[in-house]
Amino acid sequence: MSNYLNCKKGLFSWLFTRDHKRIALLYMITVFSFFIVGGFFALLIRLELFKVGETIVNSAFYNQLMTYHGAVMIFMVIIPGIPAFLGNFVLPLQIGAKDVAFPTVNLLSWYCLVIGAFVTLTSLFLGGVDTGWTFYTPYSIETGTAVIPVVLGAFIMGFSSILTGLNFIVTIHQLRAPGMSFFKMPLFVWSLYSTAIIQVLATPVLAITLLLLVAERVLKVGVFDPAMGGDPILFQHFFWFYSHPAVYIMILPAMGVISELICAFSRKRIFGYKALVFASLGIAVVSFFVWGHHMYVSGQSEWAGIVFSVLTMLVGVPTAVKIFNWIATMFRGSLKFDTPFLYALGFLFLFLIGGVTGYMLAVLPFDVHVHDTYFVVAHFHYVMVGGSIMGIMGGFYYWFPKMFGRLYNEGMGQLGFALIFIGFNVTFFPQFILGINGMPRRYADYKAPYEALNQISTVGSWLIALGFIVAFTFLLWAMFKGRKASANPWGAKTLEWQSSSPPPHENFLETPVVTKEAYE
Amino acid sequence: MSIDNSSFKTNLSVLIALLILTVITVLVAQVDFGIFNAFFAMLIAGIKGALVLMYFMHLKYDEKIYSLIFGISVFFVFVLYFFSKLDIITRIIQTSVL
Repeated sequence: MSNYLNCKKGLFSWLFTRDHKRIALLYMITVFSFFIVGGFFALLIRLELFKVGETIVNSAFYNQLMTYHGAVMIFMVIIPGIPAFLGNFVLPLQIGAKDVAFPTVNLLSWYCLVIGAFVTLTSLFLGGVDTGWTFYTPYSIETGTAVIPVVLGAFIMGFSSILTGLNFIVTIHQLRAPGMSFFKMPLFVWSLYSTAIIQVLATPVLAITLLLLVAERVLKVGVFDPAMGGDPILFQHFFWFYSHPAVYIMILPAMGVISELICAFSRKRIFGYKALVFASLGIAVVSFFVWGHHMYVSGQSEWAGIVFSVLTMLVGVPTAVKIFNWIATMFRGSLKFDTPFLYALGFLFLFLIGGVTGYMLAVLPFDVHVHDTYFVVAHFHYVMVGGSIMGIMGGFYYWFPKMFGRLYNEGMGQLGFALIFIGFNVTFFPQFILGINGMPRRYADYKAPYEALNQISTVGSWLIALGFIVAFTFLLWAMFKGRKASANPWGAKTLEWQSSSPPPHENFLETPVVTKEAYE
Repeated sequence: MSIDNSSFKTNLSVLIALLILTVITVLVAQVDFGIFNAFFAMLIAGIKGALVLMYFMHLKYDEKIYSLIFGISVFFVFVLYFFSKLDIITRIIQTSVL
């Protein structure tokens, strides 16, 4: 039977496709390729930190490794990971549409990501960059390293994010199947909608900020550099106005994936559908009011610090609503511990630790104590890897049969999860202790008493790498050799499972008519 | 597409208003209002922007959802401005007290 994978052949049929499912697979290849690159940088960082002293790289190169690890993982992996890859594939199917509202713009957004990434990585051949992924001024203005290509690359990749967000908003408003009211939409669609609002509203601020940075370096306009009459803290305000909501660009879609997984593998209707919807929107709105918690010790005024500290704690409310509702959904459900569900449980466990430590960091005096230590590194990775990566992997395993029409090897899926989950905790939990004990982040070297925990952490990073090698190897094998999948192997309720696996070119042979709630 | 007479008159009136406001902008720039210099400049620019949006970009006549989307965008610009300014002003107060 003709499907989106075999309806057209040849490289150009992929490079110029306007089919959202094919574009999703282009994103998949891009995102996982950069994940390997960013992961390689991370392994080098951990290897350097295995022993006291400069061992395999010098400090200058370490600073570059740290910068590229952050920039690649954030701009090229986690931000496009769920919305652009999983979202592109699933969103039109879940709302019963043939495609997104602007298919050509959708392809353009993938090209923006690839071109932006290419421009960013050309800096590697121009001496590299060592500012950290935050490009803080005045150092980013003064350093002789290749800041401009990296910043311009991030600027171009920002357009990818904006165009995807805009496309999703219009698609959700205009292309829902007959009978699908807003409150009949699956929660993954709601989470993409909330994410899209942030993408459209916040990303332009980053673009303007980065352009101002370039103008300051090239034209010597004094905006952020105090030597030219600028205010370096203003850069941090502008930067975090985007980059804190960006954390929710990374985590909100993962939360949407988790809602789908918990519902499908608990064999129950989701508990508190509307509360989960409003929690997603609430997180999106509150995310714009909390950015100053990144700047407690930057020289920002104490009054602003207090205001941001209080506002930051508000994020805990909708987040707690979500976690409560997920647990309530599982309660007395008929749980099936397949790989996607394991990733959902992994998300709950890791994100809870990341969230609670985030709450600790919201408290101003505590943050001052552990600022720029490994405590922050551990918190951030528990949220980002524990949240986003668990979401991406869980969602990928869940929708894999739909994407490729084949089933993955369950045993190997579970083995991969176990290695990643254990490896993750072995890597990052010791970093909380290192941070509390005062080990600063972003240095290639450390004092001898920190060595044992750093060695445990490095061994954990090898376990994570092994886990991903197992997971990706068997997923790749399953794409071509896995057993054939039925249309709905999980017995899930949402619309995408009514289409064949893999779906035909325009998703449904007949336009579906929605008469029931999303999870009925 | 034909332009009806009333909308032509309205657009002409808006154009004249914009020209007058431009002249006022230049005149106001000659006077020193101290710390309110930026306030008056932004006030006039805001009125001009609103006229362009409402009449030339048809927000006044279009579906309300577009005005809502525009309003939300302006609100978030205000959020960025408000909290950044809150920091700067309280920093100045803190420094002057010290």
